[in-house]
Amino acid sequence: MLNIDSIKNGIVIDHIKAGLGIHIFKYLGLDRADYNVALIKNAESNKLGRKDIIKIENIIELNYDVLGLIDSNITINIIEDEVITKKIKLNLPEEVVNIIKCKNPRCVTSIEPNIKHIFYLVDKQKGEYRCLYCDEAYSNMEV
Amino acid sequence: MLKGRHLIDPMDFTTSELDEIFSLAEKIIEDEGRFKDACRGKLLATLFYEPSTRTRFSFEAAMLRLGGSVIGFSEPNSSSVAKGESIRDTIRTISCYADIAVMRHPKEGAPKLASMYSSIPVINAGDGGHQHPTQTLTDLLTIKCLKGQFSNLTIGLCGDLKFGRTVHSLIKATSRYENNRFVLISPKELRVPDYIRKEVLDKNNIQYVEVERLEDVIGELDILYMTRIQRERFFNEEEYLRLKDSYILDMDKVNRAKEDMIIMHPLPRVNEIDYEVDEDKRACYFKQAKYGMYVRMALIMKLLGVEENA
Ligand SMILES: [Zn+2]
Repeated sequence: MLNIDSIKNGIVIDHIKAGLGIHIFKYLGLDRADYNVALIKNAESNKLGRKDIIKIENIIELNYDVLGLIDSNITINIIEDEVITKKIKLNLPEEVVNIIKCKNPRCVTSIEPNIKHIFYLVDKQKGEYRCLYCDEAYSNMEV
Repeated sequence: MLKGRHLIDPMDFTTSELDEIFSLAEKIIEDEGRFKDACRGKLLATLFYEPSTRTRFSFEAAMLRLGGSVIGFSEPNSSSVAKGESIRDTIRTISCYADIAVMRHPKEGAPKLASMYSSIPVINAGDGGHQHPTQTLTDLLTIKCLKGQFSNLTIGLCGDLKFGRTVHSLIKATSRYENNRFVLISPKELRVPDYIRKEVLDKNNIQYVEVERLEDVIGELDILYMTRIQRERFFNEEEYLRLKDSYILDMDKVNRAKEDMIIMHPLPRVNEIDYEVDEDKRACYFKQAKYGMYVRMALIMKLLGVEENA
């Protein structure tokens, strides 16, 4: 297994479902980052079999809200001086704007120019969202 | 308070808000003349992005009978919409002229979008296969006026229960009242969707049965709500031939029903109710259309917040 040294200060986004790491990487804009970041794909995991991990050096502040939407099993560890000082539990946002696009071809979002795609949380347990306009369901397991 | 509100989804209003609308509708039915000037000086805009003459007439008749006026378009080709104006721009402009707007649109969620940018109440008059809340209000007022209550009823729904949005809305709406029982009559392939069974019926502990043939159960029903099944919805030709007559209401079946059962249908019908049934006292679908106008009169008055006492 590829070994990436543990980081001194920064963030480790762990237990990402294998294959989703690249999406999160891009979503957080890490592909354009000018600081030290690593994406580890297909690491071995007791819990998931295979998982992805993202390590970010020296940056602590990030908007994690949307990560819960992509995969609620993700854990986020804040590292300071090589120890985990904080584990962040992901909360599903009540409303997400312009993150999920409505796939229903009969939805008004398919014709109205510059419309905000808005989804609201209907079931926390299942991570289920619905389109504000047409009620098309979206589950965060679907990404 | 219903003044200034929108009606987008049949469940937007609480049962007590609905009661307000129905009791006003009953007053209008009792003495329509009293309300002939209730909306004098008010303007209703009907924004119909697809033709639906029946629904548009119902709204326009309602407003005109209240002494109000109507502007609008009945198909998008004739308006600035044809030039590609967005829904947001259209409703913002209309908000400057009219006091209340009714929107019909082939795309789901269009009236919801309009309501978010509107300074006047928006009523959804049908958005694709999504919602048609004033049909539900019509159905409920019909039940209230003809059965006197919303509870302790055995409600039979017959036909295409899978794709029929009016059926889903009616089940949801009547599930909010006590001790109703549903008899769901359809081919196996066209039963109500899972979410209705789980999230509405099972969740609220509501009694229901699912059967294939209307003739077997018609004797139990207080209400029979008929809908059309399109031939192509049947699973296969064999099924169609085996069952097609079970979903056509004729006098043979009506004769097995209770004397005070009411037959409802959202109209227009094709062949699912035989014309001979029209003469039976249980046939209520034309009355239902009339209740549809009355409930729209009450709805318009409530959303505009105009005084009841003329
Ligand atoms: Zn949608």
